[in-house]
Amino acid sequence: MKLPLEGVLVLEFAQYLSGPCAGLRLADLGARVIKIEHPEKGEAGRKLSIKNLWLDDSSLLFNTINRNKESFAADMNNAEDMETLRRLIARAHVLIHNFRPGVMEKRMLDYESVKAINPSIVYTQISGYGSKGPWAKKPGQDLLVQALSGLAFTTGSYEDNPTPLGLGIGDYLCGNQAVQFILAALIRSRKNGKGTLLELSLLESLIDLQFEFFTTYFASGKMPERAHHHNAHSLLSAPYGIYKTSDGFIAIAMMSLQQLNKMMESQVLTQFSEGDVFSKRDEIKVVIADLLLHHPNDFWIQKAQIFDLWIMPVLNWKQMKTSKGYQVLEMEQEIASSKGGKKITTTRCPIRINNKKLYAGKAAPALNEHTQQIKQSLL
Amino acid sequence: MNRLLEDILVLDFSQFLSGPSAGLRLADMGARVIKIEKEGTGDICRQLYVSDVKLEDGESTIFHAINRNKESYCVDVKDEASLAKIKKLITKADVMLHNFRPGVMKRLGLDYETVKELNPSIVYGEISGYGEEGEWKALPGQDLLVQAVSGLTYLSGSLHHQPMPMGVAVADILAGTHLVQGALAAILSRLNTGEGSLVQVSMFESLLDFQFEVLTCFLNDGNEMPVRNAVNGAHAYIAAPYGIYKTADGFIAIAMAPIPVLAKLLNEAALSNYNDPNDWFNKRDEIKELLSKIFLIKLRSIGCVLWSLSIFGVPMFMTTINCLQAKDIKY
Repeated sequence: MKLPLEGVLVLEFAQYLSGPCAGLRLADLGARVIKIEHPEKGEAGRKLSIKNLWLDDSSLLFNTINRNKESFAADMNNAEDMETLRRLIARAHVLIHNFRPGVMEKRMLDYESVKAINPSIVYTQISGYGSKGPWAKKPGQDLLVQALSGLAFTTGSYEDNPTPLGLGIGDYLCGNQAVQFILAALIRSRKNGKGTLLELSLLESLIDLQFEFFTTYFASGKMPERAHHHNAHSLLSAPYGIYKTSDGFIAIAMMSLQQLNKMMESQVLTQFSEGDVFSKRDEIKVVIADLLLHHPNDFWIQKAQIFDLWIMPVLNWKQMKTSKGYQVLEMEQEIASSKGGKKITTTRCPIRINNKKLYAGKAAPALNEHTQQIKQSLL
Repeated sequence: MNRLLEDILVLDFSQFLSGPSAGLRLADMGARVIKIEKEGTGDICRQLYVSDVKLEDGESTIFHAINRNKESYCVDVKDEASLAKIKKLITKADVMLHNFRPGVMKRLGLDYETVKELNPSIVYGEISGYGEEGEWKALPGQDLLVQAVSGLTYLSGSLHHQPMPMGVAVADILAGTHLVQGALAAILSRLNTGEGSLVQVSMFESLLDFQFEVLTCFLNDGNEMPVRNAVNGAHAYIAAPYGIYKTADGFIAIAMAPIPVLAKLLNEAALSNYNDPNDWFNKRDEIKELLSKIFLIKLRSIGCVLWSLSIFGVPMFMTTINCLQAKDIKY
């Protein structure tokens, strides 16, 4: 199958997660993505491991984020390499970088300089906090941006410390939003030949993530408050949350108390009206929590399905992996390292095009793996 | 400036948040987005997905956040004349979006195969909860429920917590984000071929992708489960001191920092026992326990922002934590 982005050439001057996860998605959709790396050091993410897992010379983490890309080695302090890079830029459709503001300017690879080489390029810069203001040069690190954006006050319950989301949401979301805008800019560029400067920041992405909260806050002047019990979304009423049963946990989404009581059959619950779901949110949640403890997950899930209630069991990864609902997606793919031999399992692109799941078994590149080949074919 | 998608027409049949957030982003980029709503009730988000803050017209702030910058067109899909008008609109559209459960659009005669006959170049985007096949396909694809089955709730919070959902509708928003990616890639491809595409995303697959780094770890380490930190959990796979700590007057966030540097900075002998970087992961709970006691006594965070202190030549990432109303904090 021909992939939608075949023929699109992307240069990725990026490290760690935000920029590289944008490159990964573009590669999954068919673009040719070339990582520009320092000839000795390589991308910093190569040395960043979790649980000390490695594949060949780079971390499993790097291999996860950078599969299906090529590596081109260039030293941006070397004049000859810079000349090669400029020739490569002339051929590219997209450039992505996530250096702190000022770094690409110093290399004469800021948008104005790049535009002079290639007027139709989509130039994408990802920063922590934007290129202006007192925070511009501060470290755009995921946890810090979560902390500064108010996001940590959405998760956990009222008595908990501010609780961050346990994944690199700022990096991931910003990289994914970059893909949206890159594609829109490519569409325009195809129509009128114009290039585009795209500027994204982790902070703006995390503010956008909270747009429902901010809009509600701007309208009311009141800070959203996490529920004291079983908080799952601070703007929503009882019963919304995760609850313990006698042998596990279930999640209950939004529904009227009367609907929920079809399954609970509780006298106590009938004492609350629909008008109480916000004002007595915690009281109601405590009542529900006590009732649910009396029976196991299966008991409740069966009842929920009979009444078509928005309730699902809470699964951990092992339980998920053995469920048919997961297996039918065929989400996993095996990738052999570029040096052959060792294999890893990772996930595929979550988007399906014309009923096809998108697999790409090509491993992350070794440092410098494609430099010669790229010089021969593109320059 | 001419906007990126200014000549693109989008018909958005979707409701709630996942699909409408995709429509919102397309509108932000300049597309004309028309919400197709059910006559009488409209998008169920207008009534069902609400906060306790109402605007003057009685509608929820949440609906207005999600649907700004769009138009609304009401239709009774059971009425043939009404349906004929919709089909006429479809012939003019570039993109069509929906997030009904699998089978619903087919019953309405608006599934991709039928729509493609009317408009072969249309990009048809759909979001489901759990994909189009398998025994979960008809189950409610709602944000919290998809978080629940995806394992995501074992990543946030600390060890003593129950499974903890992320307090933002990440499944909806990420599925919407992925749908826009697929739809725009399909438009780009249409510029070459003239042909439209079917683009499908599910909230479940979107949350699996969101977890791709840690899930890949799990798939290659013999299926070891993530273990949340006992103290100030912030990321199950990252070493101490990573986390948010209470201080004498607020909270601070610390990302990666070498423990010996913190020991010198805080002048705490107890911390200097952790010179081996392996300990920062293996003994993270005792280190974090120690740090939380120290910070609570020693550090006042408000008005004293510690940003990337390059002490002893080692960059450290610290910041005070912000909240929506941090008006006392000066930066």
